[in-house]
Amino acid sequence: MSVLYDLPGPRGRRRNLIIGILASAAIAGLLVWVVYRFNATGQFELRRWEQFKFKAVQMEIVHGLLATLKAAGLASVLALLFGAIFAAGRLSDHRILRAPATAVVELFRAIPLLILIFFGYYVPLQYGWSISNLWALVVGLTLYNGSVLAEIFRAGVNAVPRGQAEAAYAIGMRKNQVLRLILLPQAVRSMLPAIVSQLVVLLKDTALGFIITYPELLTVGKTIGGRLTFGFPYVPAYLVIAAIYIGICGLLSFLAWWLQRRLTRVRTTAAAPLPLNDVSQEV
Amino acid sequence: MSEFLHVLTDHWSLFGQGFGNTVKLFLIAAVGSLVLGTLLGAFRVSPIPALRWFGGSYVNIVRNTPLTLVFAFLVFAVPKLDVDLDYFTAATVALTVYTAAFICEVIRSGVNTVAPGQAEAARALGLTFDQVLTQVVLPQALRSMVPPMMSVLIAMLKNTTVAAGFSVLEAGAIPAYMAEFGEPQFYVLLWIAIGFLILITPLVLLQRLLERKWAVAR
Amino acid sequence: MGMKRVAVFAATAAFAFSLTACGEEGTPTASGGGASGAAPASDTCTSSGVALTADSSAAVSGSPTFDRIKSAGKTVVGVKFDQPNLGYKDTAGKRCGFDIEIAQYVSAKLGVDPAKIEYKEIPSANRETAIKGGEIDYYVGTYSITDKRKADVAFAGPYFVAGQDLLVRKDESAITGKDALKGKKVCSATGSTPIQRVRDEKLTEPENIVEFKTYSECVSQLLDKKVDAVTTDDAILKGYAAQNPAELKVVGQPFSTEKYGIGLAHDDKALRDYVNNQIEAAFKDGTWQKIYDGTLGKSGSPATPPTLERY
Repeated sequence: MSVLYDLPGPRGRRRNLIIGILASAAIAGLLVWVVYRFNATGQFELRRWEQFKFKAVQMEIVHGLLATLKAAGLASVLALLFGAIFAAGRLSDHRILRAPATAVVELFRAIPLLILIFFGYYVPLQYGWSISNLWALVVGLTLYNGSVLAEIFRAGVNAVPRGQAEAAYAIGMRKNQVLRLILLPQAVRSMLPAIVSQLVVLLKDTALGFIITYPELLTVGKTIGGRLTFGFPYVPAYLVIAAIYIGICGLLSFLAWWLQRRLTRVRTTAAAPLPLNDVSQEV
Repeated sequence: MSEFLHVLTDHWSLFGQGFGNTVKLFLIAAVGSLVLGTLLGAFRVSPIPALRWFGGSYVNIVRNTPLTLVFAFLVFAVPKLDVDLDYFTAATVALTVYTAAFICEVIRSGVNTVAPGQAEAARALGLTFDQVLTQVVLPQALRSMVPPMMSVLIAMLKNTTVAAGFSVLEAGAIPAYMAEFGEPQFYVLLWIAIGFLILITPLVLLQRLLERKWAVAR
Repeated sequence: MGMKRVAVFAATAAFAFSLTACGEEGTPTASGGGASGAAPASDTCTSSGVALTADSSAAVSGSPTFDRIKSAGKTVVGVKFDQPNLGYKDTAGKRCGFDIEIAQYVSAKLGVDPAKIEYKEIPSANRETAIKGGEIDYYVGTYSITDKRKADVAFAGPYFVAGQDLLVRKDESAITGKDALKGKKVCSATGSTPIQRVRDEKLTEPENIVEFKTYSECVSQLLDKKVDAVTTDDAILKGYAAQNPAELKVVGQPFSTEKYGIGLAHDDKALRDYVNNQIEAAFKDGTWQKIYDGTLGKSGSPATPPTLERY
């Protein structure tokens, strides 16, 4: 129950019921209209869906999914690494490390992912090295999400109350020990939900691979939808692809939300969990 | 070096047009997503279950769909609905629909940061839901909302480049045009990166400023 | 919250299960009918039936590419995969089309069984790089011979001559040729030569030029009435028109000459001469004609071999 309103009385209940019914009717109407139009234009015709019955097409989707997961997996590992290194740089006491790390992180956060992918794709080609489109995509995803993760890590370490570090220094620990034994273990827990959240973003962003013809899930959807023999089944293909994305990303988002809730309830760290939609809000 | 400069000066109008459309896309979609996102945010905290459910489903579906797929639906599925959108409009709608889900979440968690006592006190005075929201909760929640809201909008500015795959000549489409002219891609991409730095830096500085100002006030 | 998530998970699991559970073997065949009235052909690749056997006595002295092929025991060929009757890969992964069979013919003449060809799908923008870098031995895929490209790669052929044309909706009467495009929305592939020509010759206003990654998307937009014409080589457009003759037609007023060549390494003159000889032989002994009639000829008009241009 929200604190924003009282439990409605009889009149309030009636009013809410009426608004609720009207709103439901409007939403249902919208959905019915969409389904009606799709039906009228033959989007539910058998010929537009029957491709999905066949093993060859199912394998295409599975391969697309694997390609998506492969790019996302590689980029996740590299981005976490990149983020850790540059967060360490930004947290350093030495200006010589801090300044360049800050510059790199801020730079890659300001450049659109698509442009970073183009950098990964066109620039090696221009100098005559052949780079696979998988690695072009992974490079773009790593630079972009790595710098966002660096910010999450930094915020996570900074979210540990100062007293923790001060107490550790007071008992004679060295900087490296303070970071490794006191700050990181607490910070990692507080930032776990935000990290998972960012990895969902990374997974979704692999869909940009279509622009450099990396055969990921969306590219496969495009190929399946682009078959004129089946009446250009773009709508069915995209509906299927969307369901897969929503399923996988939904599960990961759920994991982030569950971690968040668990960490808020069971405080094993002095640092409060980072808000899910704050630093991680790099859509 | 002079070749680097020539890439820009020789194609000044293309860069101008591209970034002009990027800014236009951004401004229209920013207004659109703030309006739609606020509406959805209000749905999510409202006393009416149907609206809460709708707001929640919208966010869960849209937030877990790649933006590119949202674009694809706008361009390849919406024409089947007898709705005629030109490619630029389709791009603004796609960006609006996608970004609104994130704005909605910012608003919902912003509302949640306001101490329950505030709303309870307002209700004790006899204010209605609308009054509690607009006169007590939102003015306070706004402070915690603005920095993440800025992050969402900055991300949206970068996301406008996805429109390049859907026949909109904005900054993200410049590389393809330049490839036709045979210009060195590295320089082209550097100029585009510089363009985005110029657009984004003021937004980031503004965000920092607001954050700092209100962090003290809290 | 929890229930909804469980439902999502169940749906995903059900989908994954359905993938493994009920796959029908073979290639999908579209059944006819539907609002559009077009009876779609099946999406199964069929070859022209020309039998090709590896010429084991093949020898090209002084060709580094040939030496590479010989020692690898296979040919690596760059092709396209999304152009019906030219370079196409069906849903079962089988390849067919005029370009594919020309590639197979060349491979056989180089002493490699066409079954041993390793196909690589190279996007148009990367063709020169792929040939120069030795990523592929040769490229066969609607590759127009131009002076600009001759600076980077060598061409054998031409083995076919196409022309830029327009694909429109069946009921379109206003668009009769390239000069009737003013004020009409024209779609083609991003970065392609045809779209550059539309821009350079100002055939329509810049705001009416629409670009997508693939021709399929353009044709889909044409059917949805979002664009008025799709432009590229007639050989490609005829493939689409043949698949949906009830709704699409090719205008038939070509306004350019596109000579399709086989892309080879720039300095490998020995190989270029050898491939040219083989193409000429195919022109003369009727092999070319049989391949054409069995592939591209099915969707277009009859054609005769072009004149070879050695240089």
